[in-house]
Amino acid sequence: MDLSRLIQRGDYEWELPQKGNMRVPGILYASRALVEAMDEKVYEQVRNVATLPGIVGASYAMPDAHWGYGFPIGGVAAFDPEEGGVVSAGGVGFDISCGVRLLHTGMHIEQIRPILPDLMDALFNTIPAGVGSVGQIHLTDLRMSEMLRGGAWWAVEQGWGKSEDLDHIEEHGRMAGATPEHVSGHARRRQCDEMGTLGSGNHYLELQEVADLYDSEIAKCFGLNPGDVVISIHCGSRGLGHQIGTEFLVEMAKAARDSGIVLADRELACAPAKSEVGERYLGVMRAATNCALANREIITHLARQTFAEMVPEANLTLLYDVSHNTCKDEVHTVDGEQRRLLVHRKGATRAFGPGHEELPPEFQQTGQPVLIGGSMGTASYVLAGLAENEERSFGSACHGSGRAMSRRQARKIWQGRKLVDDLREKGIHVRSPSMRGVAEEAPDAYKDVNEVVESAEMAGLARRVARLRPLGVVKG
Amino acid sequence: MGWELFYHEADEGIRGEGETLAEAFEQAAIALTAVVTEPELVAPRIPVSIEATDDDPDFLFLAFLNAIIYEMAVRRMLFHHVDVTIEGSHMSAVAHGEPVDIARHQPAVEVKGATATELFVGQNNGRWRAQCVVDV
Repeated sequence: MDLSRLIQRGDYEWELPQKGNMRVPGILYASRALVEAMDEKVYEQVRNVATLPGIVGASYAMPDAHWGYGFPIGGVAAFDPEEGGVVSAGGVGFDISCGVRLLHTGMHIEQIRPILPDLMDALFNTIPAGVGSVGQIHLTDLRMSEMLRGGAWWAVEQGWGKSEDLDHIEEHGRMAGATPEHVSGHARRRQCDEMGTLGSGNHYLELQEVADLYDSEIAKCFGLNPGDVVISIHCGSRGLGHQIGTEFLVEMAKAARDSGIVLADRELACAPAKSEVGERYLGVMRAATNCALANREIITHLARQTFAEMVPEANLTLLYDVSHNTCKDEVHTVDGEQRRLLVHRKGATRAFGPGHEELPPEFQQTGQPVLIGGSMGTASYVLAGLAENEERSFGSACHGSGRAMSRRQARKIWQGRKLVDDLREKGIHVRSPSMRGVAEEAPDAYKDVNEVVESAEMAGLARRVARLRPLGVVKG
Repeated sequence: MGWELFYHEADEGIRGEGETLAEAFEQAAIALTAVVTEPELVAPRIPVSIEATDDDPDFLFLAFLNAIIYEMAVRRMLFHHVDVTIEGSHMSAVAHGEPVDIARHQPAVEVKGATATELFVGQNNGRWRAQCVVDV
């Protein structure tokens, strides 16, 4: 990105000045090197989001921002429904409520290392992953509606989860305001056999070792010690979310066209939050969020079953579950005034700081755990939300590293089988149904996650707590 | 070859070109399969009918792609090619493919949906072109 068009506000803060039809400025949080490396399309997309009706504060880009569709991935924008603010299907994306959860195992690396290859085989055989995979649960229409209302609560009620998990999930495991009755037959059909499946692409279940601590006090509160083995699960609302995103993207783009609203990019498809289509989208988007929460809870259940057979002394407890493709109704203080806003986070994580009323008591002193995903060979991170991000980004931080090259480029450079062998040499055991998929997800096809989280900390978005090193990956 | 994948940082751009709009759609459908696997690995054994209507050629193209993506998802199939007929605002097509075979197809990624990013349907240097970015 050409820095000459930006105003540097700090070492890790850059302003894209308000001009033309922008209603607010753009703000990018990242080091100079990361901003320079961003695609020019990120500039365009941050600017385009700033033109949307009812936007409040600024159009934000997190340190991992990269070229998305409509919104940049790593984009955050809040809209005030009382001032004509919009809700945007493009601002949430296709994989509604895609997110990451982190589980403690209660085990040390030296206890797991001898059985690691067998354990990865067992997890791979238990958790459906990859294109065309199906789960063991088939949902009738009635049960589908119950799931779409109940989220992780529903999964627990069915015996596929633990009630103590629920307070460690955003929205306490169930997003209010879901309207399953408005979820289409196509979306339901796409989901009926996909509960408890990982999906493909960058989705995974990863066994990790706590490698380094950056803040030992918060790490202690989070229950993270060097050498601990933890599990990260990254996936979303599967076919249901994909179909809802597809349907509303088209409906909102047409509605904008028909009402004469000129969108800088049709992918910004949106509708006033208080319109019929806006309210209907919010209801089904919340249902899809519950689908994602239920899905990650079921996958956790499958992991628990596997550990119960392979490592009976393990105890899988949930640290936290965060979503990074969301639109949430939140109260934020803007210029000293409390306002109810629809905060869109597209490839960005909610990162509430200490004392936020949404957080359970155990995180009141520390701030919310913020989970940053890795890419098979690279590190993942646990951060903690900072109170000052309320003013900086409506309580948001980054979500991952972002791709450094396209899938096609990655395929030309790496061979899946050789990558699996090379990673095994490094002690990382990859299990995947598709070697082409592994090649496309090569660790070096992603940007440097270390630099991203350092920028997040230096920009005052979230504090680094622990670095996690991969041990084994189930990849879709 | 009348199809290609074009660059997008996180996802994949698909492009089809042909002498007619229908041919451009057909070629784009092969590009869609190429996002997942090598199209020549897919056997055209099973026909699946697809229809869509839209006055706007851009949205007709998105409807066409999304219909294929839906059939891929619920039938757990991949398509070798698609025969397309377009009359006015109506598109009817038959997609020819087979169920996903993990070992043989080595499918890399599911396509979630077709986006309006880089969406273009029209003529380019005398040939019809249909393209957009798909989310994976």
